[in-house]
Amino acid sequence: MLFAVPFYAVACVAFGTIDPIFRDAVPQWNPLAWDFTQAQQVFASLATGPLQGVAVRTIIYVLCAMILCFIIGFPIAYFLVRHAGKRKLLLLVLIIVPFWVNYLMRMLAWVNLLSNDGLFTRFMRIFGINYNWLDGSPITVILGLVYGYIPFLILPLYATLERLDWRLIDAARDLGANSRQAFRLVTIPMSKAGLVAAGILIALPMFGDYYTNDLLSRSPSTEMIGNQIDFFLNASTQPQTGAVLVIALSLFLLLLMSFYLRSTRQQSRQTTR
Amino acid sequence: MDIIVKRNKGSALVYIVWGYIIWSLVPVIIAVIYSFNDGRSRTVWQGFSLRWWFTDPYASVFHNPETRNAIINSLILAFITLLVVTPLGITLAIGSQRIRGRGSHIVQGLTSAPLITPEIVVGAALLITFTRLFTAVPLGFVAQLLGNVTFSLASVVVIVRARLVSIGPSFEEAARDLGATRWQALRHVLLPMLWPSVMASLVVVFATVIDDFVITSFLSSGINSETVPLRIYSSVKGGATPALNALATLLVLASFTVLIIGLFGLSTWRKRHGEHGGLRAALADVTQIEN
Repeated sequence: MLFAVPFYAVACVAFGTIDPIFRDAVPQWNPLAWDFTQAQQVFASLATGPLQGVAVRTIIYVLCAMILCFIIGFPIAYFLVRHAGKRKLLLLVLIIVPFWVNYLMRMLAWVNLLSNDGLFTRFMRIFGINYNWLDGSPITVILGLVYGYIPFLILPLYATLERLDWRLIDAARDLGANSRQAFRLVTIPMSKAGLVAAGILIALPMFGDYYTNDLLSRSPSTEMIGNQIDFFLNASTQPQTGAVLVIALSLFLLLLMSFYLRSTRQQSRQTTR
Repeated sequence: MDIIVKRNKGSALVYIVWGYIIWSLVPVIIAVIYSFNDGRSRTVWQGFSLRWWFTDPYASVFHNPETRNAIINSLILAFITLLVVTPLGITLAIGSQRIRGRGSHIVQGLTSAPLITPEIVVGAALLITFTRLFTAVPLGFVAQLLGNVTFSLASVVVIVRARLVSIGPSFEEAARDLGATRWQALRHVLLPMLWPSVMASLVVVFATVIDDFVITSFLSSGINSETVPLRIYSSVKGGATPALNALATLLVLASFTVLIIGLFGLSTWRKRHGEHGGLRAALADVTQIEN
């Protein structure tokens, strides 16, 4: 109930009408009388109009950040499961620590390092790289997303790999597969469902992220869909557009979530078998 | 031969792992160190001082009225959310555990959906609900409380239910066979056994609420209901002093204090009740990962 009612309210505002005098959204509580013209406009704008740039940019940023997360995160999870040995608990604790450090603190740390006289900027100047990191740089935003969300990827990856039956990989090696073949033909297919689930688990919050962008860039040239929602609901006189965007985002994420649920179900079926 | 190859691969990965750990922790450590900077800069070191923590009568974390206000708001919000959400979560977990058959899948899906719903969606939906539908709820503390309860309820239910599953129905049935009423079996047998999961959820909820930015921000009503994360967020944009770093450090300290107390409590409870696992199991409880 706590969850369903708010969504109903969002729909009512999104599909309501606009007060002609105050330009304020008037919610339409009767679903039969919902008016979809405004919603259509926003959807059209997302697909081909002015909001298209934001939508495409959001997807590109999240994809880039996710790929980087996997490139960094997978070897770490793999190492923890296969090679960590006695140090496992210590490493696990150190990897869990960022989980418990406030997200804003971690972004603040980078704002300090990347600001004009920050340590990192000064360090890079030694190599002749003079880059304005905090002024609408897509690189900073993507790396910020990676930095922010990677702990949330490593742990589920670790859990997935931990549950694998590694004897099967050893068996593949015994049967003549080299390590790359064993990895490609046995490890990856066996952990696929878990990998997909872990990827979606971090993609969901990244799609709704606006604060990383706000803190590290503040420029309209790197804005994501979350920034638009924040803007329309909190700082503009068009909450209706914001409500439609929330619905658009939720529908998109619902799709991802159903994938997530499917692959976790697959995973649990595989492990119980 | 094989062993050597394996070791080589492991040792290449070791650098990635330690590199990652350094990358993930050092920026934060630097930010903590700069909270002790003597100058006004958050980026250039000018000597050590406690100026931004205690000694400055106006700008230090513990003296500035705005940061103090934020700290108090954060603590009140976290504690009251705990008071509301813990009993509610336990009840829901026990209740949903009792539902058998087809309904159970639906209930489980519904309770875990909030865990993976992005906060901005929840925050935006609640904002619209409280400004358009339930206008009796004013934005500010009450709305923030309800929002945080909604968002953190799911984690309590998930943690407690996992414990219920691992306990199984046999203890309660034994108590009933020995003549306990339903209520007595629940009160004297089941509830005490749930204690570790209750402790774990206290820790998780406290950390979630005290760190929460999106929902609290969407439902805030300005300075009166500003919490520490909101204060940090709004000051990063302006030219803030190292007092900002000190404030953020306090936030980190708060979650770690609670985490460590929780872990300690969990592992002593486990030891006293003869359950194996120790620190590792306690970590698993708190991070919600089956180990």
